[in-house]
This record gives sequence, structure tokens and C-alpha cells, in this order.
Amino acid sequence: MPERIAVVEQIMGANERLATQNRRKLDAAGVVAINLMASPGAGKTSLIEHTVKALRAEYDIAVIDGDVATGIDAGRAAQAGARAVQINTGGECHLDAVMLQQGLEQLELERVDLLIVENVGNLICPAAFALGTHKNILIASIPEGADKPYKYPGMYKGVDALVINKIDLQPYVDFDMAYFKKGVEALNPGVLTFPLSCKTGEGLAAWHQWLETLLE
Amino acid sequence: MHELSVTQALLDLVVERAAKAQAVRVTGIHIEIGELSSYVDESVQFYWDIISKETAAEGAKLNFKRIPFSMHCKTCETTFQPDGRTFNCVKCGSDRVQVVSGEEFRLVGLDVERKAQPSAREVKECLSE
Repeated sequence: MPERIAVVEQIMGANERLATQNRRKLDAAGVVAINLMASPGAGKTSLIEHTVKALRAEYDIAVIDGDVATGIDAGRAAQAGARAVQINTGGECHLDAVMLQQGLEQLELERVDLLIVENVGNLICPAAFALGTHKNILIASIPEGADKPYKYPGMYKGVDALVINKIDLQPYVDFDMAYFKKGVEALNPGVLTFPLSCKTGEGLAAWHQWLETLLE
Repeated sequence: MHELSVTQALLDLVVERAAKAQAVRVTGIHIEIGELSSYVDESVQFYWDIISKETAAEGAKLNFKRIPFSMHCKTCETTFQPDGRTFNCVKCGSDRVQVVSGEEFRLVGLDVERKAQPSAREVKECLSE
């Protein structure tokens, strides 16, 4: 007769443990790492380009780029002046701690100040896979619509900062900012928010300043 | 599309736990899964049947208990499930709310068959010999 044994164990525990190892490795090399998550087209790569251009004079920046296929994004990051590593996830919809570990092996971490990890464009899965980065950041964008916190609560709940990109498009699309912010506030009270536009440059200074405080 | 890696993580955990419990076979697996975690039961079972082959847990039945996405209202102390359009309290309408459940993804039990253990009498007889 089978007997029931009680276990309480997080199924993603192995990934979490590996993420902790990644974090230790980053800390030992003095690297500050951020994980950028967003839906496809929200502006992850554009924000990375701006960030690299603004900070590259002072800091050594590396970008690890997760994509289902192609090296377009890593190419753009390298063009902007970063050390870029492309990870093709081979159909997986997110980066996980193993993939980041492999990415880290391709970098001379001792020489890096800031590591930007560009996750796969997806508003669902990346939230479930810790990487070991110091800050997890979600980029929302105005054309996506204001209902996204209500539709993807898991993603909005767990992040350390929220970028709202494409604010220059507000006059042209229906985006109820109050409704959006109310949803965000319920899920993630007091989360640091950066409204900005990669197109016009508005709001980028505050974002860069925040990163510089992390790097101090 | 991430159910394969998730199912592999589950299998590793189950096999490790079964070995610790000296189980020869795992026939059932009990999992709690929050509504916010984006895993599809059927898809996990599908991969499970493929990757669990030739392990102690081959063919085990996966039992999923769904945990609802619920919030707690700090104004009237009600726990509720949001209506889908807003997160406001369904009872008093307050927006002073916080998430209480829905992100779970954990293994809570295994149905196992163990090696036949010698009975107390057999052990006694063995010791007295």
C-alpha cells in the first residue's frame, strides 16, 4: 500500500539556489546587476542603448541578452558601447539562473561595473525565475494599455522598480494613468517608478541617476 | 513554453525526496499551485509522463491543488478574490488592499511505496540469535 509522506518544498528551489550562487559571484567581482523584464516592444533594448551611452564614460557596462533566436539585441548593445553576450534560449520564454550562469562565464566580471540583463520579452514567465541580479525591473509602456497590472499581477508584484516608457505617446492613446497606478500600488506598494521616453529623452536623467546611486 | 524546465525541476526534487524516504516507487505527487503562477497542469503532466520514464516516479499521478489569487482588505478585513477589472475590495470598495495568495508553487506530499521493512518481531528474533 502506498503511504503519504508530507513534504513542503518550493519546486523552483534549485533555480533559487543557483540564483544565490550567481549573486555571490557578482558580489565577489563588485558588479551591480539589473534584470530588465517587459513585454516585446516595450523598449528594453532602447533603454539599454540610452543607458549605456549615458554611463559608459564612467562605468564599464556589460549586457547579457536573452532572446529566443537572433542576435539583434546584443548587436545593438555592443554598438552602443557595451560588452555584449547573447544567449539564445532555444524556445524558452524566459532566462533562468542556469542561463545567466552561462552568460556570466563569458564575461571578465572583474572588469565590469554594471551588468544589464535583458530578459526575454514576456509578461508572464520571467517573474517565476530568479536570476540572482540585485534589482528586478519591469518596463511598461503606454501603448500596451493601462490594464496590464490587472492582467499580469505576478509580474508587477515582484519587481524593485517600474519604468513607464513612451510617455510621449500619452496624448495619442487612451491610457488611464490613475487606473494603472492604482493597480500597481495594490500589488507593489510604494514601488519606485520612472516615467520616461526613450524617444524624447524626457525622464531618462532620473533613471540614470538612480543607477549611479546603485553603483556608488 | 516553460513547463518542460519546470517539470524537470519537479522531477529532480521528487526523485531526491523519494530516495531520502527510501521509497522504491512514487505513485502520486501532490502540488499546490497558485493562480498567478503560469503553469498549465495538463502540460506539466504531459512532460512528466515523458521525462519520468525509468525513474522511481515513472507514471506517477500529479495532483494539483489550485490556490486562488486572493487579496485582503485592510479597511474591512475581508479576504476576497478580485473581480478581474480592479483590485478594490468586493465588499466595501476600498483600495487599501494587499495580495495574500496566488503565487504558490510547491510540492506538499508524495504517495510512496517503501522497501518492505522487517517487523519488530523479526528484528527481535534476529538480535536474539
